[in-house]
Amino acid sequence: MSLLKRAGYFFGLPVLLIIMWWALTLGGTNFFVPTPEALAKTFWEVWAGERFVTDFLPSIMRLFVGLVATIVLGIGLGILIGSIRWLRSLTEPILEFFRAIPPPVLVPLFMLLIGINDQMKILVIISGAIWPVLLNTVEGVRAVDEVLNDTSRTYGIHGFSRLRYLVLPAASPQIMAGVRQSLSIGLILMVISEMFGSSSGLGFTIVLFQRTFAIPEMWSGIAVLGLIGIALSLISKGIERKVLRWYHGLKEVQRDS
Amino acid sequence: MRNQRVAGPALGLAGILLFLLVWEVVARAGIVDQRFLPPASEVLVTFFGNLIEPGFYQAVGETMLAWAIGLAISTVAAVVIGLIIGSSSFLSKATYSTIEFLRPIPSVALIPLAVLLFGVRIESSLMLIIYASFWQVLLQVLYGVADVDPVAENTAKSYGLGPLARARYVIWPTVLPYLMTGLRLASAVALILAITAELIIVSRGLGYQIALSQSGGAISEMYALVLATGLIGVIINLAMRFIERKTLSWHSSIRSEVVA
Repeated sequence: MSLLKRAGYFFGLPVLLIIMWWALTLGGTNFFVPTPEALAKTFWEVWAGERFVTDFLPSIMRLFVGLVATIVLGIGLGILIGSIRWLRSLTEPILEFFRAIPPPVLVPLFMLLIGINDQMKILVIISGAIWPVLLNTVEGVRAVDEVLNDTSRTYGIHGFSRLRYLVLPAASPQIMAGVRQSLSIGLILMVISEMFGSSSGLGFTIVLFQRTFAIPEMWSGIAVLGLIGIALSLISKGIERKVLRWYHGLKEVQRDS
Repeated sequence: MRNQRVAGPALGLAGILLFLLVWEVVARAGIVDQRFLPPASEVLVTFFGNLIEPGFYQAVGETMLAWAIGLAISTVAAVVIGLIIGSSSFLSKATYSTIEFLRPIPSVALIPLAVLLFGVRIESSLMLIIYASFWQVLLQVLYGVADVDPVAENTAKSYGLGPLARARYVIWPTVLPYLMTGLRLASAVALILAITAELIIVSRGLGYQIALSQSGGAISEMYALVLATGLIGVIINLAMRFIERKTLSWHSSIRSEVVA
């Protein structure tokens, strides 16, 4: 496929949609939907200035800290639970239960226990987003190939090297699948925790815009959240491609043969 | 071998009891303020008390109604759109970038918009639920259609099966396992969004009751309701797995692949 054709496929529909949006709002009569150029202008005005420091950065920091803690804790606990059989049996039902709790209901709970502060928001992110990483790591560790397992045992590979060269790589495809889910859950919980009790952050600001009927500003906030979501998914795809290059290669070879 | 099979569930039960015990001790010993963390026994009493309250079932009913309607609409829409896009290579190439762009947008970003458009009515919940679960199903349907065996497709064509018959006998059976996976994911997401919408926007259902009991200081009630949402989540998971197993009983090889 030529480059031109591919670009056509990639940009065709988005451009078409924007033109439609532009044409439909041309009269400027609809109160709820701003025109594309008004939105672009507002976007720049609202988010390039002071709000970038007072709202955008704190939100991103909470999200980042929350997600890093989620991933580290999830993989750590997952390896622990996955490698010890009795611990796995002991914790399985309780973990299934906690995973099934819709994470947003923990927001009022943590508001009571911790109060309304950054720790609460980060804890909400961790407590909701950890389950995909944790459970996928448990599954991945448990499903380590038997032959590889026995081989490494025969060669006397134990402790840290076993973890580094056998368990982690073997579980990494599943761990990455869990991480990808966690990223989007983390973003959702960041927004929700800020919508509840907060005086700064993206969730708070967007609700504020909506309550004061600052419609173009509200749309610009929605756009910011959308862009963060897209950025997260691109980042996770990039990391995955790097970490799992051997795995995708292996799959391709298996498929061809 | 048999010993282990018995030991698994027994240990799991022990885990649950241990968790409740730790909770009880932590609360009774006052490590966390008892006003904010009532002991497990008290919460369990409240929880079982709820089970004979008609009001509790009304709240559950309201939540599950939004859940069911939202899930049904998004599934039907995603299946129809997915089949149309998936069976045309032009459409799948032309829509790829747009889908990849819209999909990661978090559904909670739409909360202000839902409030503005629908206010505290159930439509607000539905809008969030449908947006969030639509992508889960759509993606799986697209994967499924892409997985249709070209040989089977061509065979059906040369036997003179029309487009409708091909959709019924070739495409549908291939898509079904993927669809079930998408449905299972979407049902969990839909529950999360239903309760989120009730917590933040809509003044009905379990989410609203939780927010109400938190601001009203009925703390063990709040914990009991959180417990109930978790159990509903577990029940939905189990039910979806059961339905998946039933619908795909004829398709065991692909099923094991999808689950893994």
